[in-house]
Amino acid sequence: MRDLTSPAAWSLPPPERGRVRGGGVSPAWAAAVALTIALAALALPARAQEPTPSDDEVNAIAKGLYCPVCENVPLDVCPTQACAQWRETIREKLAAGWNQQQIQQYFVEQYGGRVLATPPPSGLNWLVYLLPPVAFVVAAYFLWRTMRRWAGARRPAPSPDAPTDDPYVARLEEELRRRS
Amino acid sequence: MTSTDSTSPATRSRPAWGAALVWMGLLGLLALVGFGLIRTQQGPVGVGSAMPDFTLTTFDGDVYDTAQERGRVLVVNFWASWCKPCEQEAAALEEAHRRLSPEGVLFLGVNYVDTEPEALAYLDRFDITYPNGPDLGTRISQAFRIRGVPETYIVGPDGVLTLVKIGPFESLDEILNAVRAAQAGPSS
Repeated sequence: MRDLTSPAAWSLPPPERGRVRGGGVSPAWAAAVALTIALAALALPARAQEPTPSDDEVNAIAKGLYCPVCENVPLDVCPTQACAQWRETIREKLAAGWNQQQIQQYFVEQYGGRVLATPPPSGLNWLVYLLPPVAFVVAAYFLWRTMRRWAGARRPAPSPDAPTDDPYVARLEEELRRRS
Repeated sequence: MTSTDSTSPATRSRPAWGAALVWMGLLGLLALVGFGLIRTQQGPVGVGSAMPDFTLTTFDGDVYDTAQERGRVLVVNFWASWCKPCEQEAAALEEAHRRLSPEGVLFLGVNYVDTEPEALAYLDRFDITYPNGPDLGTRISQAFRIRGVPETYIVGPDGVLTLVKIGPFESLDEILNAVRAAQAGPSS
């Protein structure tokens, strides 16, 4: 196959013995085609432009972060100028192809673990995840024990069969009959 | 009468053991909460205490280790580009740096919870030339237990704090006087 990028490919072959050169490509036309091909080879391939991350995409990540300065204010609703700058940082990172975890890790490295809405399960932070269910289970257990005790106290104890020949019982029943 | 209260020793000891465990857990929790509360109420490090040593990597990539800076007066200023009061003292701090650096006084700016482009724009706006770097992870500000910005800590050559300034300096003279006092030593 001919190498079309080589200039030699476009030079006219020597005329065969006995044949008249004619009906082939003119030099000007060949030069124009060669120029077009060269320009096409130099042209950069067009890429689809990366869309700018939308506010919803930014806020979806900002919701999982807290303002490093304001107390207990999620980054997606914080109105300060600093928070707007941090949201723009999130937008830039998203546009650069970072995922949520990478962005959160970046914020932790910059501003500390307190920026996370959900504390990372490490160190003493484990208490945040363990204590509530443990406290619930313990409280439920004590409640159950207490309710069982109350139920036992409320239920009347079955009285043993009263002996019929007990004179005391007979007198007691007599008294009760008289008073009623 | 049947009693729901069992009097056998085995069942009496089991609830007591469980109750002891619960109480110990509660006391441990209370101790933890109390420790946290005490720490938040402590306030910033005070005059007369040793400065918490730290390492600051500036925006230019230079590294400053305060432990290596004994023998010279340090001025550690916490600031942020979003901090309006910080702007009030920016020019005065830079002027003080230019006057005092030939005497060996080192000014360090610690950028608190900021973004780098805005921080660099701030430094450019006020033509600040002394070293500034971000407080990564807020480790430095936590070591000093700062409450906000701006705050400035002046440290004597012996590493002991001589001034804790909460809020912006009012004037250049205030900064110069504070540094002179630190240079003079504890007898001043």
